[in-house]
Amino acid sequence: MAKTILPIGPYHPLQEEPEFFTLTLDGETVVDVDVRLGYNHRGIEKLSERKTFDQSTFLVERICGICSTSHPFAFCQAVEDVIPLEVPLRAKYIRTIIAEGERIHSHLLWLGLAGHFLGYNTVYMWAWKLREEILDAMEILSGNRNNYAMFKPGGVRRDIKPEDIPAVLKKVDSIVPTLEMLKNAVIDDPVLHARLKGVGILSRQKSIDYSALGPTSRASGVARDVRKDSPYGAYDQMEWTMIVTQNGDVFDKAVVRILETFESVNIMKYCLEHLPPGEIDAHITSLPPGEGIGHIEAPRGETFHYVLSDGTNRPARHKVRAPSFMNIPTFKATVVGQELSDATIILASVDPCYCCTERVAVRDTKGEKLFNGKELLRLSWAKTERIKKELGVP
Amino acid sequence: MTRDDVLKELRERFGPDTIDVFDKSPKRVYIEIRPDALVKMGTYIFRNLGARFHIATAVDTRDHLEILYHFIIEDINLLISLRVKLDRDHPAIDTLANSFPAANWIEREMGELLGIEFRGHPDPRRLVLPEQWPERVYPLRRDYTEWDKEAIRDRGV
Repeated sequence: MAKTILPIGPYHPLQEEPEFFTLTLDGETVVDVDVRLGYNHRGIEKLSERKTFDQSTFLVERICGICSTSHPFAFCQAVEDVIPLEVPLRAKYIRTIIAEGERIHSHLLWLGLAGHFLGYNTVYMWAWKLREEILDAMEILSGNRNNYAMFKPGGVRRDIKPEDIPAVLKKVDSIVPTLEMLKNAVIDDPVLHARLKGVGILSRQKSIDYSALGPTSRASGVARDVRKDSPYGAYDQMEWTMIVTQNGDVFDKAVVRILETFESVNIMKYCLEHLPPGEIDAHITSLPPGEGIGHIEAPRGETFHYVLSDGTNRPARHKVRAPSFMNIPTFKATVVGQELSDATIILASVDPCYCCTERVAVRDTKGEKLFNGKELLRLSWAKTERIKKELGVP
Repeated sequence: MTRDDVLKELRERFGPDTIDVFDKSPKRVYIEIRPDALVKMGTYIFRNLGARFHIATAVDTRDHLEILYHFIIEDINLLISLRVKLDRDHPAIDTLANSFPAANWIEREMGELLGIEFRGHPDPRRLVLPEQWPERVYPLRRDYTEWDKEAIRDRGV
């Protein structure tokens, strides 16, 4: 059979939008960083003004392939805030289940990529294999591995069948032992300690100044989580812990994400086991003129949607703010002054996207010397190897 | 500090700068202020009241260009939105980016998409639009008509 070769790239299909970083170097030290956005600006805010509220829900689901549920979640809450309206309790539980499942697979995805950036490809394989179990569970719940299409203003579009719950619980439970192993592998590994501790520190004050969000802020000792601060969905119905660490380095960001995954497993299980009976939709028929704000905690931080309604069936203005918009500027505080071989993992530590590092250009203070993403990755691997040798770890 | 304390303090401190207060719900309050009071009031809410800056959202209402600056005080779960209305022909306001860097990018974005000038901004370059995009064409304005794909293609954008 003839082979077909499918060329992929430079836009890596696994991750979100491309961005372009320019790192300025003095010797091996990064002295400045500049970010160029817009390579994939899709004009979704303008497009949304031409769609009805029901259509926009599907539109915003396509903003991000990884946290595809966080945007419709925030958007639906913004629309409900215009009225204002409380959705039925069962719908809140279902929304929470979907959002937490998404957080688990998103954090696992990041963990795998972080391992890859450091030359720990075993972590990469394990984490992504584990992620498959969650994607299977999401498929049972919603019919889709991603882009679940579960949300609508006023509730959810699809109920969870009681007979599906045991299968989903089994899938979710099945990841815990391996996750435990991964956690210990990361937290106890002397090489990772040497490689990640004290690297790319975001101080508590800088985190506040930049209004950093999600795990990026919680790793710097800023206890900030929309699920706790401004409870929505079913997050006020059960006990769970907000994971906060103090050091603000890459290691702490990894620890926050790993420990959070366990919390998400527990939240998801609680909701599945205690799913209340009742309606799943509040049946919104019309929207008054007014403004609404919806914000939820996505895996990377708070997602914020603002909707201006003029009483018609289309938003007069719709503003989307994804968490990376606030987190990426913190690079100015974290990368500057660090070694070039650490830049890859620092830029990855806020969980932006693969393409970022694929599209890095590096030049020294005098002029030309350019590295590309692959060479940076190799630099990062070489440093891990060096540390391994120093510590005598095979 | 409770919700009432915060609103009382803002009223006492910035009463003359406040044009209108819309107390929408226990979690949301919209305060319309004079544009020249934005920097002192925004900085006060961010620094002294310990709020987090969500983002700013600008909208072309046909009469004005309106910006909402959203802050949240997480301890009391109160979202404060400061509203300023700018003259549509010469929209300009002082920048908040010098008070806290969180406002830097969104002001650049509003500048290029709606044509609002942020006076004193430390880095007023474009953020999302390409270099080839023509000057003084603002895609989020109501009178923006360039939906013509051929025209956009021919400009090399």
